[in-house]
Amino acid sequence: MLTTAAALVAPLLVLAIVLVLAVQSAPAVTRFGPGFLFGTSWNPVTLEFGALPFIVGTLASSAIALALAVPVGVAVALVLAEPGARGLRGAVGTGVELLAAIPSVVYGVWALYVMAPFVYLHVEVPVVQRLGWTGALSGPPRQTSLFTASLVLAIMVLPTLGAISRDVVRAVPKGLRESAVALGATWWETNWKVILPAARGGIFGAGVLALGRALGETIAVTMVIGNRPDVPASIFAPAYTLASVIANEFTEATGPVYPAALLELGLVLILVTFAINLLALLLVRRSVEPAR
Amino acid sequence: MPARNVWRRATSSLARGAVYGLTAVALVPLGLVLWHTVVNGLPAATHVDFFVNVERPVGIPGAGVAHAIVGSAIMVGIASAVAVPLGVVSGVNLVEFGGGLARAVRLAADVLVGAPSIAIGLFAYVLFVAPFHHFSGMAGALALAILMLPVVIRTTEGAVALIPAGLRESGLALGLPRWRVALQLVLPAAAPGVITGALLAMARAAGETAPLLFTGFGNRFWTVDPTQPMSALPLIVFHDALTPYPSLQQQAWGAALVLVAAMLVINLASRWVVRRQQRFAGQL
Repeated sequence: MLTTAAALVAPLLVLAIVLVLAVQSAPAVTRFGPGFLFGTSWNPVTLEFGALPFIVGTLASSAIALALAVPVGVAVALVLAEPGARGLRGAVGTGVELLAAIPSVVYGVWALYVMAPFVYLHVEVPVVQRLGWTGALSGPPRQTSLFTASLVLAIMVLPTLGAISRDVVRAVPKGLRESAVALGATWWETNWKVILPAARGGIFGAGVLALGRALGETIAVTMVIGNRPDVPASIFAPAYTLASVIANEFTEATGPVYPAALLELGLVLILVTFAINLLALLLVRRSVEPAR
Repeated sequence: MPARNVWRRATSSLARGAVYGLTAVALVPLGLVLWHTVVNGLPAATHVDFFVNVERPVGIPGAGVAHAIVGSAIMVGIASAVAVPLGVVSGVNLVEFGGGLARAVRLAADVLVGAPSIAIGLFAYVLFVAPFHHFSGMAGALALAILMLPVVIRTTEGAVALIPAGLRESGLALGLPRWRVALQLVLPAAAPGVITGALLAMARAAGETAPLLFTGFGNRFWTVDPTQPMSALPLIVFHDALTPYPSLQQQAWGAALVLVAAMLVINLASRWVVRRQQRFAGQL
């Protein structure tokens, strides 16, 4: 009886979080309606609140981060799931786990003071000079930008990607690998044509799960994304995410509408991440479980 | 050897090199973050002042983060006192009793693990700050507890599931009720894994900033009273790093170093415990 009550806490929390945020954001929801999601202006002084810059910033930073992190994450998974080489695997596995253990705020300080200046000088400036005419890569380059935030996000979602893809690759039936090798397939042919196609669904799931983490990541992104509430025109422009604007503005928000608008951003964020997590769990489970 | 096979082998070696190369790339940021945190953090963290004093205005020497260390300890302590018992009972319940509820709990825990910590902060603000009209360490602790709970549930479940069925069956054969089997036989056998999970959850909570921004809020002064606003190491790192003052930035690096050192110790120690537990469970 008591244990059942304790067990109920987690599911109740999920419901309570959604409910509480929904109720608290009601003043903004009723005032702005669905137009809130498409408004491009965020001006607390004139009480104009549009979420589009934050939604675009959140989606863009997460998408770029995943594009950068997925190839590396899959490579890590292949190495970690390879038969043999226990010492190497142990070292890489520990390294990736420690990467996950470093607090977000530490990534933030490091990204702000070490990575951003380096990336500015050695990536952003040369790219803008040579490829600025494309538009999406136009300048002026800045240390705190959508690109810097995406890069630090890529590092932060790597452990999720690597660890879950590893489980998925490991769950591929041994017979497949052995058959491929027995037929004379090379290392690359075995992995590329047999293992990865078999693990595709689960790796996709790992990517979706990592996307969920990236969308909700707050502190490190807040420190390097530039915090400007405009839809970014270039990946080197400053941007803003749902999580960052809540972190920066919630304690300063006064009146009935402003905090409610921020709470509505929180509601959007949590509904999207919950949905994405559910999808990812389904995908990962389907590809890990039948092998057991 | 036919030319085609030479080509195949060359492609394979190249691709394999690329895959191992990318794996090495994955570990570069870890090395760089650790290195820069140590190098930039040591100047601040090698002063005794840093660990015994509280914040001081810019330009006054002898500033420290003692209040934030104590604040972190108190908030994580309270959070653990709430989340660990709940999570352990919930996790044992998942394995030992199963059923439809277990599926719902597992799903909820998995979804909660992925919940953005900033949204948890908002939730805690509405429930534990707004009704009292002021920020408090207690609200921060409860926000952290919500973050810890799913981690404790899932790690407890993992550790308990490792315990062989024979142990349960022996207990039941001796006539013990199921709850006593769960609490007095299975849980003690799974203790190392459960404790590890709790430690990892505490480490995660200790490194969180976002849920504390509008719950614990931060405090420039010494306080051990959880009804007052309370500082924490991650809050110090966040606020001080974004100031233009070199002395405060150094303080931020110092606090980051303390955080990272704590994380490393907890994580490496827990890995060691888990490995022992697995070996032990294998013998059982």
